[in-house]
Amino acid sequence: MRVERAAWAFVAPALLVIGIFFFLPVLAALLVSLTDFDLYALADIRNLRFIGLTNYWRLLQAPAFWQALANTAYFVAAGVPLSLFASLAAALLVNSKLARFSAVFRTAFFAPVVTTLVAVAVVWRYLLHTRYGLLNYALGQIGVRPIDWLGDAHWAMPAIILFAVWKNFGYNMIIFLAALQSVPADLYEAARLDGANGWQEFRHITLPSLAPTLLLVSILTMAGYFQLFAEPYVMTQGGPMQSTVSVLYFMYEEGFKWWNLGSASAVAFLLFLLILALTALQLRLSRGAEAA
Amino acid sequence: MKPRAAAILVHALLITLAVGTAFPLLWMLSVSLMPAGEASAFPPPLLPNHATFANYRELFGREGIGRYFFNSLVLASLATLLSLVFNATAGYAFAKLRFAGRDRIFRTLLAALVIPAQVAMLPLFLMLKWLGLVNTYAGVIVPGMAGIFGIFLVRQYALTIPDELLEAARIDGASEARIFAAIVLPVLKPILVTLAIFTFLGTWNDFMWPLIVLTDQDLYTLPIALAVLSREHVQDNELMMAGSVLTVLPVLVLFLALQRYYIRGILLGSVKG
Repeated sequence: MRVERAAWAFVAPALLVIGIFFFLPVLAALLVSLTDFDLYALADIRNLRFIGLTNYWRLLQAPAFWQALANTAYFVAAGVPLSLFASLAAALLVNSKLARFSAVFRTAFFAPVVTTLVAVAVVWRYLLHTRYGLLNYALGQIGVRPIDWLGDAHWAMPAIILFAVWKNFGYNMIIFLAALQSVPADLYEAARLDGANGWQEFRHITLPSLAPTLLLVSILTMAGYFQLFAEPYVMTQGGPMQSTVSVLYFMYEEGFKWWNLGSASAVAFLLFLLILALTALQLRLSRGAEAA
Repeated sequence: MKPRAAAILVHALLITLAVGTAFPLLWMLSVSLMPAGEASAFPPPLLPNHATFANYRELFGREGIGRYFFNSLVLASLATLLSLVFNATAGYAFAKLRFAGRDRIFRTLLAALVIPAQVAMLPLFLMLKWLGLVNTYAGVIVPGMAGIFGIFLVRQYALTIPDELLEAARIDGASEARIFAAIVLPVLKPILVTLAIFTFLGTWNDFMWPLIVLTDQDLYTLPIALAVLSREHVQDNELMMAGSVLTVLPVLVLFLALQRYYIRGILLGSVKG
């Protein structure tokens, strides 16, 4: 049929590109993760050996991998709730009936999202400078002694989290704003007639109406935060004392610095499985909460 | 709380948040205009004593940043053009043309969105090496020519095209290619603008993939060059701020000009599932 032939002509180029440059490499990554692909195999493919799950086994016994996993978990566990809180607060403020110039505020809050991560990371590295940084100066005004943000293993990750929240909260704010605007206005009117105060309105109308959006946004944000890479690459190079080496940073070094492509592929798959498992867990928990 | 007090509180919070959000960007601009060394002082100066373009002159002169700017511009433009061609046709076909297995293929594509792009990166690198595309523009662009998100975006929008419109054209004897060009493309224009901004900003801002594929300094994009530069010039804050301004300004201006389309893309993208 004519339409069917045309349809295939329309989709085939895109499907070919996605098939060759995405699905094929993902499958290949699974295979490579079961081999000892390294610099020798890169030079001569005959040096390649199938080693089963050895890469995974070795990783699960490597302290450096666990450290990367723990750092990433820290970043996700602190960064995601903080970022969601900032997004929701900003959306509520911009959406408030009392607020004027809300379009201007919305644009200002969103601007960091479109900026180039590497460039603003460079700016933040300067803001966080121990001696000349403005953050320490501001803190000094209220009597806090200078903090070596990016040079102290205790402070480097919190600094990166602060930066990431600043960079990203505008994105989810837009999604929350759309959800807030779709809450039927008569719900609020009915509540006001019943004498509900602002907090009660928020607790019993706004929050339940936002629940599906909140779930979606938290899953997407979590998946995104697990892919931490450029921030530590530019701001700390994984230091101090490996405290900001993320899973992807670990993968990058394993793969493109030491050329252990087999092991690096196993890292990528473990990260994927982790994100998948946590997504499933969040979906299940939310279903449980709905049923209750 | 009295309405007036509440209004003041809301605005105080909004302004505090806006100042906090905009400050790093404004300070970047201000410091980029300071002569070398002025920003390494305590307390940190907010505005330059004598604004100067010396840092920009040095970036374009000695550091050759024009080259990287050109690379970024060419790569982002080419990637945008290709992504429009591949995703517009596919997105429309998934929405409006019947073919065997259409819905199954589309569901498979959507499900694959959960796979992080980084899983594919290592074999992709080997593949491009084998194809001789490592260290070329093509190596950066080709893997992203078509994307699941782009197809999804166009499809959601194309679903609203009435079937009668297409049927009428078919009865008049128009070919499918002609229908696409004359009827569908004009209708899709707004979403294609959205897709174009997303792709342009995405390519311009991308870091990890170009970092892996490009090893030749002459091919570096702005973010890669900036990352390298910032490791060499740890102390030269004024110079680095100027580099950051040059990297951020084009995308920021583009976003401000086409904000409406960009936000539409976020909202369309967040309703999947």
